Amino acid sequence: MSGFSVVISQTSQKPIYRQIEEQVVSLIVSGELGEGMELPSIRSLARDLRISVITTKRAYDDLEAEGFVTTVVGKGTYVSVKNKELFRERKLRSIEDKLEEAAEEAKEIGMDLPDLQAALAILYGGKTDGNDPEG
Amino acid sequence: METILRVENLSKRFPGFTLDGVGFQVPRGTVMGFIGRNGAGKTTTIKLIMNLLKRDGGLVEVFGLDTEKHGAAVREKIGFVYDELFFYGMLTGEQMRRAVAPHYRGWDEDRFRRYALDFELDLKKPVEKLSKGQKTKLSLAIALSHGAELIVMDEPTSGLDPVFRAELLDVLYAVIQDDRKSVFFSTHITADLEKIADYITFIDGGRMVFSESKDAVMDRYRIVRGPAGAMTSEVRPLCVGTRSTASGFEALTERVEEMAPIVGPRAVVERATLDDIMVYTAGRQADA
Repeated sequence: MSGFSVVISQTSQKPIYRQIEEQVVSLIVSGELGEGMELPSIRSLARDLRISVITTKRAYDDLEAEGFVTTVVGKGTYVSVKNKELFRERKLRSIEDKLEEAAEEAKEIGMDLPDLQAALAILYGGKTDGNDPEG
Repeated sequence: METILRVENLSKRFPGFTLDGVGFQVPRGTVMGFIGRNGAGKTTTIKLIMNLLKRDGGLVEVFGLDTEKHGAAVREKIGFVYDELFFYGMLTGEQMRRAVAPHYRGWDEDRFRRYALDFELDLKKPVEKLSKGQKTKLSLAIALSHGAELIVMDEPTSGLDPVFRAELLDVLYAVIQDDRKSVFFSTHITADLEKIADYITFIDGGRMVFSESKDAVMDRYRIVRGPAGAMTSEVRPLCVGTRSTASGFEALTERVEEMAPIVGPRAVVERATLDDIMVYTAGRQADA
């Protein structure tokens, strides 16, 4: 369960079950929560987040209905991206959003399309300058 | 889902106060918070559930058993935590345990010892010398030690500091890790319910206001604040209640989508707390 981390806001307008769903989907889409990984039980999650069981249950039920997790009665809830199409769609949307953001920022500083495409090619192929500060 | 506690059309008449038409259901494995002003009828309802008062009408069933007909069987399965341990005043916690334990077939001594340890209770002290918080913990330790599957509490944290309340919340969260256990508690400290409660039952003036899932209630109401001029006769009927000052208005509404376009962009919309809902709703029953 090392990839699991959900942080909720009590003051946000967004209902808590929705916050949980979005964060779990995000973790799955980013790969931090891998296929087959077990989620915390609805009761222990309620305790850890200090919310109600009915809220965590709703979040897990919605995630299951969307095909992101499977609950095995008596065992637990596991990441199971049943609908590969759906998963791919989510990823594509996330990629589009990020590319759109990059395009906007490039325009802001007057970077032209060929330069942007060149940058993307470098990043896609892996870091070529070998001076990755993160090591 | 199995219903652990079923209350239907409960009524009780006193000179000067009437409880009427009170009804709600607590499913197994859930926590229901019971809210209402002082004098709204919370303690009366709980006393009726616990058979400490005789009802005038209606039905109370615990685990499918009528509490009046099956008092002894029901008592085994309910753990009751309430405000007054005065009855045991001069006894120590240890003596109280010895008095109480034999009455329960399901008494688990080891479990009681463990709770007493976790709650840091001095069982050699006379109960009347314990602080209010310690009395509550002792009551809870006993309630949790006889195999009770329904914990009923009447204002367990009134008069207690936030640190104690947080500790009690931890204990309740530990209790509900077992999905066979259910909790029903009355309180006017609604912040705790906003966290742990699955369902909220709200009574006012001896009558039901609502009994619903907490999420449904919290999602439905909003607090809207805006400039004084925006609280027009068109807006007012959309609100459960309003509070107007020279600086502006504050209102509770269930119809924020209709209100928002009318009050304009300067208005602020926030989620309502249970306190807001209680304050703006209570007293309206009298008008209605």
